Amino acid sequence: MTMAADIRPGGGALMRRLWRGGSSKASLLFLGLIVLCAVAPSLLAPFDPYQQDLTKRLLGPVFSERYDAAHLLGTDQLGRDVLSRIIHGAQITLLVSALAVAVSAIAGTVVGLFAGYRGGWIDLVIMRIIDMQLAFPVMLLVIAVVAVVGPSLVNLILIMGLSGWPRFARVARGSVLSAKEMDYVDAARAVGTGRWRIMFHHILPNIMSALIVYASFELARMILLEASLSFLGLGVQPPIPTWGGMINDGRQYIFQAWSVSFFPGLAILALILTFNMLGDDLRDALDPRLANE
Amino acid sequence: MTTAALLEVQGLTKHFPISSGILQTTTGWVRAVDGVDIAVQSGETLGLVGESGCGKSTLGRLIVRLQTPTAGSIRFNGAEIAGLGEAAMFPFRRELQIVFQDPYSALNPRMRIGELLGEPLRIHRKVRGAALDREVRGLLEAVGLPAAAATRYPHEFSGGQRQRIGIARALALRPKLIVCDEPVSALDVSIQAQIVNLLQDLQERFGLSYLFISHDLSVVRHVSDRIAVMYLGRIVEQAPAEALFRRPLHPYTRALMAAAPAPDPRVTVMVAPLEGNVPSAAAPPPGCHFHTRCPYAADICRREPPPALEAYGDGHLVRCWRVAEIG
Repeated sequence: MTMAADIRPGGGALMRRLWRGGSSKASLLFLGLIVLCAVAPSLLAPFDPYQQDLTKRLLGPVFSERYDAAHLLGTDQLGRDVLSRIIHGAQITLLVSALAVAVSAIAGTVVGLFAGYRGGWIDLVIMRIIDMQLAFPVMLLVIAVVAVVGPSLVNLILIMGLSGWPRFARVARGSVLSAKEMDYVDAARAVGTGRWRIMFHHILPNIMSALIVYASFELARMILLEASLSFLGLGVQPPIPTWGGMINDGRQYIFQAWSVSFFPGLAILALILTFNMLGDDLRDALDPRLANE
Repeated sequence: MTTAALLEVQGLTKHFPISSGILQTTTGWVRAVDGVDIAVQSGETLGLVGESGCGKSTLGRLIVRLQTPTAGSIRFNGAEIAGLGEAAMFPFRRELQIVFQDPYSALNPRMRIGELLGEPLRIHRKVRGAALDREVRGLLEAVGLPAAAATRYPHEFSGGQRQRIGIARALALRPKLIVCDEPVSALDVSIQAQIVNLLQDLQERFGLSYLFISHDLSVVRHVSDRIAVMYLGRIVEQAPAEALFRRPLHPYTRALMAAAPAPDPRVTVMVAPLEGNVPSAAAPPPGCHFHTRCPYAADICRREPPPALEAYGDGHLVRCWRVAEIG
């Protein structure tokens, strides 16, 4: 491999390249919409997500038989507007999963950098710890911890974040192993640059693209995890709207009103698909071999 | 040698473990450097030649202490540095620098040239701000690059320019000795001459000493005062450059010279070219490492390693059982 890896796009160039692709443009647009929902839900939502109206329980979406034109996607068992709740639910979903990914990215990258750069028995011990944590079902782990410390927002983010660090550590370590063989690392050592400065100043910027791509896939995973926890009642507690919680709400009425569970499920699916596609496109966009076209 | 050498290496050895199996148990050792004695005088260039894999790069990296030797001594300016830890080694880093072979991998793609050249100055001399900019400009000027280069990234430069930047970085701390690890091998022939001339100019200007590692005999001949020839982890011959080329004594040196294209077609060296490959350093042949490929090999060569480098007229040091017969 020739080291053409130094032709790296800056942020602006990266966005331009992403924008050129069809699928990545679609992902970016959809992601922009969801982010807008999360930042300013009351701007987009037609109703107050907490406003109940028991006379309008379990209405279907506008194209079904029993509907109310005001409620595009119907209402739930308490007569709350499903569309408004989905729009408001985006806030919790994005907040929790983005912060959880941030926690696991930071923790995992530091551990992975350290393990990969130091090598030897330190690396061996850290990798076995990672293997052990990965062998333990994440869901079970999170359920156990939530059951002990309680399902507050901060706890949720920390627990989900800490469940994800081993994967990040692996990705970081793998990239470090190849980056640390480069002569510029030896040159820094020959000059007397300290170990931490080499790790964070010389190696980290050169493995960032791998980490960014991985973070995108992790976001998709965390969204699913958050939804699963909310579905099980271990996530953010009602009446705050969450997509997983809404699926759970509709579960009991699935035969009378499928739409109550269906639309939040669709939102989860679409957002996960978005992050997965974006991850693929990011990988291509950050590939130095394609960088100079 | 009357005066104490700037660099004196004795019995330097580096064995790398070969590990295998799931438990990563050590099943053997690669003897990359196997008891090397060399010395570099102040202001001189010692050339180090040998085939790929003979351990010459490892020797260079041991001397600047990117690697820790298994055994042996490295005396720099009279101080023993072979066993020093990172912290104790720190003050010596100013005086002992290295230029790498591949100018593409040697410069961090994510750092601007100014940052890259400024780092050693910031770390060692705490130079900051405008003073730092001035020093960086001075370094760029010394290697023939414009001051504007400081704000650019490595990928904006050609191979030859990058090697100049690598040399500027090595120069930043005003070292006494620079290990040049094949500094021109990765460059175009036309650029090679420029870099070699630059290195020679800098040597004169800053009073540098070089350990010049290369597999290219003509380059080494051009730059070196003395030359050491390395084969499979051992120095087999060492001599002043002209003496070595006038009368190579070790059979390996002769074979190397025969293999090199002669710039003067009238000069013919009557030695058969080498056959076969360098034996593995993990399982070097017993006795003299070269006996498997040596046309003069006798019984003793196969049984016992030749004695340490012996003086043999006009500054020549040779390590060969049969030098008396074939010289």
